[in-house]
Amino acid sequence: MSTRDGGLSLLRRASRVGENAPRPDGTLKVRGEFAYSSDLYAEGMLWGATVRSTEVHARICSVDISGALATPGVHVVVTADDVPGSPYYGLDGDDQPVFASAVVRHLGEPIAAVAADHPEAARLAASRVVVEYEPLAPLLDPERALTAEPIHPNGNLFRHLPIRKGDPDATGDVVVEGSYATGMQDQAFLGPESGLAIPDSGGDGVELFISTQWLHVDRDQVAACLGLEPERVRLTLSGVGGAFGAREDISLQVHLCMLALRAGRPVKMVYNRAESFFGHVHRHPSRLWYRHHADRDGTLVKVEARLLLDGGAYLSSSFHVLGNAASFAVGPYRVPNVVIDSWNVRTNNPPCGAMRGFGVVQSCFGHEAQMDKLAAALGHDPVELRLRNALGHGDTCATGQRITGTLPMAEVIARTAALPLPPELTEHTPMLALPGGAGRCADRSRVVRGVGFAASYKNLMYAEGFDDFSTARCRIDHGVVTVHCACAEVGQGFVTLVCQIAREVLRIDDVVVAPADTVEVGSAGSTSASRQTWMSGGAVEAACIAARDRVISELALRSGVEVASLVLVDDRVVSGDGRVDTTMTEAAAGLVVDETREFHHAPTQPLDENGQGDAHVSFSGTAHRAVVDVDLDLGLVRVVQIATAQDVGRALNPLAVGGQIEGGVAQGVGLAVMEEIVVDGGRIRNASFTDYLIPTALDMPEVVWDLIEEPEPGAPFGAKGVGEPPVVSSTPAVVAAIRAATGLALDRVPVRPQDIVRGRASTAT
Amino acid sequence: MNDEPTSHAVTPEVGYVLRVNGREHRIEAAWSGESLLWVLRERLGLSGSKNACEQGECGSCSVLVDGRLVCACLVLAASAVGAEITTVEGASPQGVLTDVQSAFLAEGAVQCGFCTPGLVMSVHDLLKANPEPDDLEVREAISGNLCRCTGYGRIFAAIENTVAARRGAES
Repeated sequence: MSTRDGGLSLLRRASRVGENAPRPDGTLKVRGEFAYSSDLYAEGMLWGATVRSTEVHARICSVDISGALATPGVHVVVTADDVPGSPYYGLDGDDQPVFASAVVRHLGEPIAAVAADHPEAARLAASRVVVEYEPLAPLLDPERALTAEPIHPNGNLFRHLPIRKGDPDATGDVVVEGSYATGMQDQAFLGPESGLAIPDSGGDGVELFISTQWLHVDRDQVAACLGLEPERVRLTLSGVGGAFGAREDISLQVHLCMLALRAGRPVKMVYNRAESFFGHVHRHPSRLWYRHHADRDGTLVKVEARLLLDGGAYLSSSFHVLGNAASFAVGPYRVPNVVIDSWNVRTNNPPCGAMRGFGVVQSCFGHEAQMDKLAAALGHDPVELRLRNALGHGDTCATGQRITGTLPMAEVIARTAALPLPPELTEHTPMLALPGGAGRCADRSRVVRGVGFAASYKNLMYAEGFDDFSTARCRIDHGVVTVHCACAEVGQGFVTLVCQIAREVLRIDDVVVAPADTVEVGSAGSTSASRQTWMSGGAVEAACIAARDRVISELALRSGVEVASLVLVDDRVVSGDGRVDTTMTEAAAGLVVDETREFHHAPTQPLDENGQGDAHVSFSGTAHRAVVDVDLDLGLVRVVQIATAQDVGRALNPLAVGGQIEGGVAQGVGLAVMEEIVVDGGRIRNASFTDYLIPTALDMPEVVWDLIEEPEPGAPFGAKGVGEPPVVSSTPAVVAAIRAATGLALDRVPVRPQDIVRGRASTAT
Repeated sequence: MNDEPTSHAVTPEVGYVLRVNGREHRIEAAWSGESLLWVLRERLGLSGSKNACEQGECGSCSVLVDGRLVCACLVLAASAVGAEITTVEGASPQGVLTDVQSAFLAEGAVQCGFCTPGLVMSVHDLLKANPEPDDLEVREAISGNLCRCTGYGRIFAAIENTVAARRGAES
């Protein structure tokens, strides 16, 4: 197999923690030489293609593969009958079939896979697999899920989570109520699902080069489905073209390995964009109801809420998405009395699971609309109302957990509000900068500006008792450091941080980041939940400290001095008496040191029957102020500016933190005004980048950001994860700004042009 | 998903010559329906041009055909016979990064990097036609290149710095 050196790179510029370090994989990426999972090649490889359900809900009467097998160039066809091990897999529980056999539960569910010598031959053969269906009534309305016939042996309820805190009968002087909804968002990573499986010569094992967010949990699921011991399934991370939650569940992994093992040849598979919309889970659509109670002075008294998430056909991570949606349903505020009921249910809609923000995005849209409604009812300034109730260190969350770390919400809110506003809209504003952009369709006199504000907080790391540890290995061989960690680099820049941490700890500049795999090192946990800077950063730091201590012990032994007399001064090791004065690189010369360490966060607890418990490790807060221009006649919105202050603990690579903020804001803006998978009768109507729109360079607002650095106790280098917060409250801030410009209630995202045009037409009459 | 695809299995094979990055490549026994993107990636091993949408929406496969910026996924490879094709692999042939590539690295414009090769081609094309683009001209010029990681902010910064450095080098 040949790749063009996707993972192994040497970085000689010696940036340490806190600096704007360059990416070690950057040169390969700008030259087009970085090997993504769609770029792999092996001698004699075949191409795979998937046969997918054309029905939303149906019994499978028969699957005829003879036409596919007879297609020239085809080597193997596999179906549910050929799955050697467990027929099911899944993250929060294994309820999803590798291939549907008796029943299909959503459009595009895999039924068979084909391997042929050319991708077009594979697709042609896939189209010749004849599936006879007997249609069943689809369950499409999540509100009917609990009363309808079960569509799966495990039932239609993924989770019901109540939260009860304080006095359920408490009331406030002012009460506001509202219902809200959020649409189904796609992660829309650019690098399609793809991989290469190479069977062992004896056929009793397989090597898989793959894009994923968690190698070891993929391996365990794939091995179980293949009926192989985990050691017989070896995964190596190939270049990952973005993830955002969509690569937490497995997609083509088992299919690919089955084809390769059956064919006895390497098999490569690459989804096209349309198939990618069926190949991964999406952000749960939600329906939310809220009632907020406050005293006259604006102090929150009670929040009541009911949250309903549509999980689609299979469980995926729905259990924990709901845990987050409910845990953070009242937002970053002190609320003494809380009454929440939340449900995540099964339907025949496309399966939903992880996406950046993981449940908190949905509830934040509701609680922030409520805070604005409350401010209006009280006659208060929306920012002042949020400041008055802002959560902080020592306060208690809705789940009863006391915040023992940092959470400077008041500062986050105040500093966001203080950021400079963009220039006013004038008659000289170019047409391209007005709503409608390149369409140049705006009538300036009908364009109105609005400003909106929103705040949020979210947990870091996995929750509710899960020990999502990470492992790292540091090897120093004659002065060259190799760090091995199975953490999935998906674009966020963990490989850069590895170099920074290793240099910071070891004071040796030559650092190699070894490719992530399941053979040479233990699990790093998932690249999700804003957790890798903390967890794998912590593991890398611990392994490097162990290696450094070994080098210093050996030096002490060789030099005849006490270990305790040796101290690090810049990149030198010196003894108090001056007998030893050498660089760490020189001290490591002639030595081979190899240390592996596991890093665990403080334990958490499950939530009890009242949704109470210390379920979360740490929290990060953020706020967003949005400025929008709205074309009142065409309903088009241009987001002009997003200002944001984010609680980051400590910025280990400020430029990379800025990149996470801008990128997260782009996805939040997308959900606010354009991004939605349109599902009609269980069928996705816009499975392409022509019809599913993500922000372009013309759509993207200016982003002004401010980092609040208050080091988090217990976090390596004091740093909090930064990936998810930017996406959470940017969406409600944009919608608040559109409400300010239009005077409309706008209770659903994305806000579509017709929502504005029809909304204005109906309020005018 | 239901469209019956046409395949090399049912159509005749063709052979032709493509000129890519100054070198001639003989393509043998190919299906005539193969896109330029597929031929570059899978027959010539030039996988720098990327396959994010394969329908001309994302710009990640941007290449130059006779000096014109196109999406390689929308060009039939066999129709590019006789044309001079330049891919990202031809952007820095001597192994030295171009100023645009260096600025992308220095400004943090690369995250997952899947859009990067296409953007490098687009930005070079923009600056050749318009050496001093303003903010909106930059945005419009690269609006055909989707990026899902960066929100474009660091990319704008990289372009701005390239323009400033070229201006400085001239004066």
